[in-house]
Amino acid sequence: MMSEFASTQLIEVTYLIATALFILSLKWMSSPATARRGVWAGELGMLLAVAGTLLHHGIVDYKWLAAALVLGTIIGVPLGKVAMTAVPQRTALSHAFGALCVTLVGTAEFYLRAPSVPPFMMAVLGMEVILGSLTFTGSLMAAGKLQEVLPQRPITYKGQNVVNLAVLAIAVIVAAILVLHPERVYLYPLIVILPLIFGVLMIIPIGGADMPTVISLLNSYAGLSAAAMGFVLDNKLLIIAGALDGASGFILSVNMSKAMNRSFSNVLFGAFGQDQASAAGGAETRPVRSASAEEAASILGAANKVVIVPGYGMAVSQAQHKVRELYDVLTKRGVDVRFGIHPVAGRMPGHMNVLLAEADIPYDKLMEMDDANGDFAQTDVALVIGANDVTNPAARTDASSPIYGMPILDVDKARTVMVIKRGMSAGFAGIDNPLYYSDKTLMLFGDAKSFVGSIVRELSGGAGH
Amino acid sequence: MKLDLLTSLYVFMLAGFIGFEVIRRVSPLLHTPLMSLTNALDAIAVVGAIILAGEHKTNFSTILGTIAIVAATSNIVGGFLITDRMLKMFKVSGPKKS
Repeated sequence: MMSEFASTQLIEVTYLIATALFILSLKWMSSPATARRGVWAGELGMLLAVAGTLLHHGIVDYKWLAAALVLGTIIGVPLGKVAMTAVPQRTALSHAFGALCVTLVGTAEFYLRAPSVPPFMMAVLGMEVILGSLTFTGSLMAAGKLQEVLPQRPITYKGQNVVNLAVLAIAVIVAAILVLHPERVYLYPLIVILPLIFGVLMIIPIGGADMPTVISLLNSYAGLSAAAMGFVLDNKLLIIAGALDGASGFILSVNMSKAMNRSFSNVLFGAFGQDQASAAGGAETRPVRSASAEEAASILGAANKVVIVPGYGMAVSQAQHKVRELYDVLTKRGVDVRFGIHPVAGRMPGHMNVLLAEADIPYDKLMEMDDANGDFAQTDVALVIGANDVTNPAARTDASSPIYGMPILDVDKARTVMVIKRGMSAGFAGIDNPLYYSDKTLMLFGDAKSFVGSIVRELSGGAGH
Repeated sequence: MKLDLLTSLYVFMLAGFIGFEVIRRVSPLLHTPLMSLTNALDAIAVVGAIILAGEHKTNFSTILGTIAIVAATSNIVGGFLITDRMLKMFKVSGPKKS
């Protein structure tokens, strides 16, 4: 058996190598060409760190460790194999698991050290447990909404923000009391229970369209709570991994909030105070022009340049494979087909890209918002599939609109706009979309998957004759 | 255990800057796999849980530590698996003739 000193040294070395591999892992994520190498680097780093930790001299009992590692693997494998459309809820669920781990370890550490917890350690431990607990229930709620086991509509009531912030504030105050008086051990459960309640309250007013921001925010919280755990355990690897994850979630949250024209404080406090319900207004019965699959097919077939704008509706009806067929049949005819992707389209950052990649659409055909907007003026047909608010020109023109100022995809600059939509109901934000009443817009009413399928049938039938 | 506060804060700050600079360069194309990857890396918290459960100081700490290992391990395994599955799907139009 190794001496205690030698094993500690060895563990430190594996942690050092793991840290380097983690940073390389994220660096290699910058491009699809090197990204898989990034995953391998991450896996190797993780393997080294876990193997090193198992050598820790203080470990007396391996039986439970082995059982827990095996059980975790058994749960993890199916979570790694979910359908691509279920990735947002899977991600939310994994934030919950990460936060659960951090909260449990923090709680155990507190009771091992109580009643004499040094003030600094109590402060970071409080942060770890508060962030961990609220991320745990918050992420479970988000996963429930995304999986549609919970109502997706935002639920708001008067004084909601005050109640929510009060719950969190009390938790922080209790933590502060514990920093000064760690011998008041009986107070500890409060800094777990109150944030657990806050996590639920925080997600109740969140609607589907806010999910990309909220998931990013929870990602950041999960990272920061892990970093706080690193402070408590004096483990640099954990501090670094938590800081990297926190930074990643932070950057994504900022991106998402910019893409929705939200202020930064609005993001930090979990997208509170969206009075979305009030915007719904009276249903208008202005005339729209609708078209059949046959008409849509002949317009698309005659175009030179088509930009497809996918949204959450494409994910819901699982239309991405039919969209791939449409892409194929149009490309074969010499039509230039590209995709314009809004940063908040779908339910998490990058959601649409993953679905389109799953359907085998080459990623060099996927354009970010700014590139797409440079292209719409030369575009014959903009085909909107299950996206609404991200194409709403009211964001540019109508200062009274709740989404005024939000950057959108300027599909209305294309020569013809076609919108595949189930019916005339307003989008998630409940905001009417003037695009639909424009005289260059054709509404294609129906389920995205079957409608795109009919267009493909028309186009491939027509090609033969 | 000595709590070397200042060194830890330095490490946190530098890692935050590195994270910011590195992740800023990640293409929005890969933001979903980025999130599942950082999630898997974040599950390195498992090392804390392993020591907690393995040292077996009290039954309470061992039970919490064991549950924590299960939660973190499922994130490691599931996170790396799904990230790799997603990344495998990203292809350019070049090599594949239409």
